[in-house]
Amino acid sequence: MSQQNRLGTGGRIDRSRPLRFTFNGVDYQGFAGDTLASALLANGVDVVNRSFKYSRPRGIVAAGAEEPNAIVQLGASEAAQVPNVRATQQALYGGLVAASTNGWPNVDRDLMGVIGSVGGKFMPPGFYYKTFMAPASLWPKYEKYIRKAAGLGRVPKEADPDIYDHINRHCDVLVIGAGPAGLAAALAAARSGARVILCDEQEEMGGSLLDSRELVDGRPASAWAAAVLAELATLPEVLVLPRTTANGYHDHNFVTLHERRTEHLADLAPSLNGRRQVRARMHRVRAGEVILATGTHERPLVFSNNDVPGNLVAGAVSTYIRRYAVVPGRRLVLSTANDHAYRAALDWHDAGREVVAIVDAREHPEGDLVNEARARNIRIIPGSAVIEAQGKKRVSAVQVARIDIGGFKVAGRVETLACDTIATSGGYSPVVHLAAHTGARPEWRDDILGFVPGKVPGMTPVGGVHGKGALIEALADGAAAGTAAAQRTGFTAPAVELPKVAKVREGKAAALYQVPHVKPAMRAPKQFVDPQNDVTAAGIELATREGFESIEHVKRYTGMGFGTDQGKLGNINGMAIAARCLKQTIPQTGTTVFRPNYTPVTFGAIAGRNCREFFDPRRFTALHAWHVEHGAKFEEVGQWMRPWYFPRGNESMHEAVQRECRAVRESVGILDASTLGKIEIQGKDAREFLNRLYTNAWTKLDVGKCRYGLMCKDDGMVMDDGVTACIAENHFHMTTTTGGAAAVLDWMELWHQTEWPELEVYFNSVTDHWAAMAINGPNARKLLAELTDDIDLSGENFKFMDWRAGTVAGVPARVYRISFTGELSFEINVQANHALHVWQALFDKGEKYGLTPYGTETMHVLRAEKGFIIVGQETDGSMTPEDLGMQWCVGYKKPFSWIGRRALTRPDTKREDRKQLVGLKPLDPQLVLDEGAQIVLEKEIRIPMPMVGHVTSSYFSPTLGHAFALAVVKGGSQRMGQTVYLPMADGRVHAAEVVSPVFYDAEGARQHV
Amino acid sequence: MSDYAQMELNPRGAVKSESPLAMTRARVAQAASPQEARVLICEKAFLGHLVLRGNADDEAFRAGVERALGLALPLEMGPLSLDEARGISIQWMSPDEWLLIVPAGQEFAAEAALRGQLTGHYAVMNVSGGQTLLELSGPCVRELLMKCTPYDVHPRHFPVGKGVTSVFAKSSAVIRRVGEARWELVIRRSFADYLYSWILDAAEEFGVFVASGEAARSAARDAARELATEAR
Amino acid sequence: MLHIYCPHCAEYREEEEFRPKGEAHIARPVAPEAASDEEWGTYLFFRKNPRGLHHELWYHAAGCRKFFNATRDTVSYQILETYKVGQKPSVVAGQSSNKGAAK
Repeated sequence: MSQQNRLGTGGRIDRSRPLRFTFNGVDYQGFAGDTLASALLANGVDVVNRSFKYSRPRGIVAAGAEEPNAIVQLGASEAAQVPNVRATQQALYGGLVAASTNGWPNVDRDLMGVIGSVGGKFMPPGFYYKTFMAPASLWPKYEKYIRKAAGLGRVPKEADPDIYDHINRHCDVLVIGAGPAGLAAALAAARSGARVILCDEQEEMGGSLLDSRELVDGRPASAWAAAVLAELATLPEVLVLPRTTANGYHDHNFVTLHERRTEHLADLAPSLNGRRQVRARMHRVRAGEVILATGTHERPLVFSNNDVPGNLVAGAVSTYIRRYAVVPGRRLVLSTANDHAYRAALDWHDAGREVVAIVDAREHPEGDLVNEARARNIRIIPGSAVIEAQGKKRVSAVQVARIDIGGFKVAGRVETLACDTIATSGGYSPVVHLAAHTGARPEWRDDILGFVPGKVPGMTPVGGVHGKGALIEALADGAAAGTAAAQRTGFTAPAVELPKVAKVREGKAAALYQVPHVKPAMRAPKQFVDPQNDVTAAGIELATREGFESIEHVKRYTGMGFGTDQGKLGNINGMAIAARCLKQTIPQTGTTVFRPNYTPVTFGAIAGRNCREFFDPRRFTALHAWHVEHGAKFEEVGQWMRPWYFPRGNESMHEAVQRECRAVRESVGILDASTLGKIEIQGKDAREFLNRLYTNAWTKLDVGKCRYGLMCKDDGMVMDDGVTACIAENHFHMTTTTGGAAAVLDWMELWHQTEWPELEVYFNSVTDHWAAMAINGPNARKLLAELTDDIDLSGENFKFMDWRAGTVAGVPARVYRISFTGELSFEINVQANHALHVWQALFDKGEKYGLTPYGTETMHVLRAEKGFIIVGQETDGSMTPEDLGMQWCVGYKKPFSWIGRRALTRPDTKREDRKQLVGLKPLDPQLVLDEGAQIVLEKEIRIPMPMVGHVTSSYFSPTLGHAFALAVVKGGSQRMGQTVYLPMADGRVHAAEVVSPVFYDAEGARQHV
Repeated sequence: MSDYAQMELNPRGAVKSESPLAMTRARVAQAASPQEARVLICEKAFLGHLVLRGNADDEAFRAGVERALGLALPLEMGPLSLDEARGISIQWMSPDEWLLIVPAGQEFAAEAALRGQLTGHYAVMNVSGGQTLLELSGPCVRELLMKCTPYDVHPRHFPVGKGVTSVFAKSSAVIRRVGEARWELVIRRSFADYLYSWILDAAEEFGVFVASGEAARSAARDAARELATEAR
Repeated sequence: MLHIYCPHCAEYREEEEFRPKGEAHIARPVAPEAASDEEWGTYLFFRKNPRGLHHELWYHAAGCRKFFNATRDTVSYQILETYKVGQKPSVVAGQSSNKGAAK
């Protein structure tokens, strides 16, 4: 297909490099340097999408990030699918495949369009809420079809094969936007030697310099841009990032930059030198100073049928002609309220196409560009505006009329002009979005008819966004700000000699947003404010009439500026209309809050490398490789990967756990306990610190002894537990739960640093330093005896809750005689680098005892049989030691009011009907109750009924021969022997007897042998 | 028995020891040789790592440390006390905490030397089994580090001889710059597999060479020096 | 993402190195057993939630592991000062806030 709208010469495209691409299944050709949008316009593609709500045909409106209609789905294969791409921002590459995101079955024959045109009148704002919400039960059915009809693209069904990452950057000066002001700022700052980052969202840097009619130093403006970029490339501390959007501006000058590294090359990242390339990269930039050079977005005028394809903002017309050598039509009508937009007509005229008329809202337009148009005998219609477009899939004519802006009415006869293209300009809105991300409210300026950024510490707006859009002003503004920013970060910047630019005389712009129609707005053909969300002027008027006065409410009621658009093209017009309807000024009406992201960011760039195996750190013990080799199934505990159970052959989990449990109770089993938190404590006040930290007493713990301790928060609720050993008089070794290790150490630091700095004590984590292997079972002593000759293991010399230093399998070890199973048990601790040697030696000697590795599941069954709690399972931050039946572990007589003590005498913690830990014996001995099941006191279920507790742990015990559970029940300690009930979701009601939580060896005889 | 119990944790006899990275194998394509790689990575396993706590305002404490180790105690965040010839370094970790790294097997002697010289309120804790040291070298290490830590590793902010602790990937690490293009990371044992795999993955685009054994290590270091010189 | 000056490391660090720990200067009553239930409840549970200047406790978790205080504006998120535990803020609500700029 020929590029019928392409000019023979000019533009910044490379005619020697034609590129084939496909849009909605049709093959086209463009050139290197095109965007998808410019290539579509070159090929005369008018309808690029269907609108979101009314399904009206839509064409390209803009040339940049503010494009509301040309939003496409990209990707040749399923895995490469990318939704939500603006065709105006997508570089063309050979083989590009794109499709419209809306339109079902397709954009040219759209079924929803029938509904849109018939039902349009009946689809005011709130239509979906009002129409489909009752009955509520049917909403899911409606929603399915509504969503299908109104999509913004779809996600791929296959995994993305590409890689993404993040990079942290620090700079003195970050310049966002590489137009004239941004380039001048970057150059000025960079020459000082400061670390400078310059980013720009477009394929090519230069911004408006790339399509300017003005000369810089007597040469095309783009030549100056090229010279500046060439100089910046030679400066070692400057980073220039094209195709990089500043998508979020956060606190304290933290800015995220979304760099698209390969998306101009192909839909999947090509490899480079045989290595994978990063497709998109998020730069996380901490900047000393930010220079905001984001320019302006041109405001279109709002008039009837302004969404018919062929209606563009004036600046986009210039951009397509001058930058891409594409004239998107034959006969142009320009409707403007300012001088600057005259460029579109002059560029059109330069291209040899017909300018039907310039319709100027001002009575007496006066300025250099106006004069140039007059000199070319272009018809100028003053005091007027285009009030309505005609045509369906392309503009065929416009209606022009004199208007009374102040009175908001048509003030004269309506004239019809035949044309195929409309360009409009209502003015230039500074791109304040990024500044607004920081929470700074934009400020209205009457002189430029626009909002400028609010004050942000360390941020300087320059150029168009600063209300200095004229080239000569933008250059000076940028250079001065660049110098000043470098100076504020400690660098001396030599003054930048500004290039020579002739001053362009421009007349004052008129404040025109919505153009009046001969009919009132509510009855005139639709006047679109936000084409992406299908929000009309009438919709906003209706919203204000229905009582929505805050602009934020108007936004939410109408959908204006929602989603990916974030109010780029239409918001100021919408605010102006709301202001008119509410009879107030625009600054009184205010703006909505623009939020990150400025333009859509792919999830890949947000996730970066933090996905797949790197989604979350996985922590391993020194014995992990052995566990893997021996077929362990793993369970994540915190970030640790702990063996869950070790199935043999085809064993089920249940079978494996039963076997592991029996091995421990009958002979000997071994657990990798290395994940337990371990904290070394040294200092003469270590003992006193433990007294304050734990609920129980530590004053009399002798060297060589261990003690179990409970830790509470100061509200009296249990937060952690573990065994602490006295290594020497002022030296302790504390263990914590696996998940609580870091929190406990922080907790100790908090109290030491903020409350008791006078205590002479130091703590440090030694969790990773020691590997811990717990051998449990009646044969544990015999096994250990084979591997140590310097520890007396006899029951009388190495008692339960003693620890000894010695050698195990030739490795120096600390052996703790502590037990979490109720069996004879030794926990062997060695420096982790030597752990595997000791572990293997234990298995070498343990074969004759049937030494069995066991995992966390067996550990849980065995400890639950003994009624030992797991903090975080039996407790949930609302259990006191007494609730757990652990009064024996509370030292009320300790002199210092330890953490949690005072709270234990508050009325609430003394209540007798608090939930208390009990055992449950299901009446059906085979029935393993569900953990988390709610407990009630009556068999007959009624709703509501009081729930008195829940199951916290539940297992089948091969030792007991029946299922059992731990639970917390209101007043549970007084309910021994009672039957309680557990109603299940499927209607069954289980019954269980309340019993002691200690099911096995209540006297503790086995662990003391 | 004294107030503190010091313990030699290294076996006297022959015992196969395993570094925290023993299990971890390179998981991404590596450059075939150190010459092609722009990032070289090698583990310095089994070094002695000790945590020293004490009062930096106490002159006797400072003097005692210097007598015991022959190195001055750094008194502020940043500059390392480093004696590369003896393989000893002291790094400020906190106003009252330092990381002492000594050659493999010397942790017991270092602790004994400190305990012999120090009095009053101080602590020495052996953490040798709990961490390991990675050396990264080559011209792209700085850029690699930028992908891993939010700390500013630019030479103006991170001169040779500086050491800090910061976030590293989703964990943390001690980061030290010991040469123009030579950096060290001290990482925790349980996170070593995660961090090492992360580093290899992040370094893929630069070409990464994993050196193991002393010979490969010195070859890698030479290559890195060359590359660093070229880069300058 | 705040940029926070750690008074112990004596430089600015990224927010991800830190953890917020709530309101600063919550002193535990010296004699807890003598405190009334109401006093103890107030100490445990009641915290300020000001619009404007707030004194907060922060923890340099991935750095020096020291706690310190920060005076932060809860509206602008500007941190006006950070200071060590045991020190008093130099910027307090109701006073001129231009002294002791973020150090």
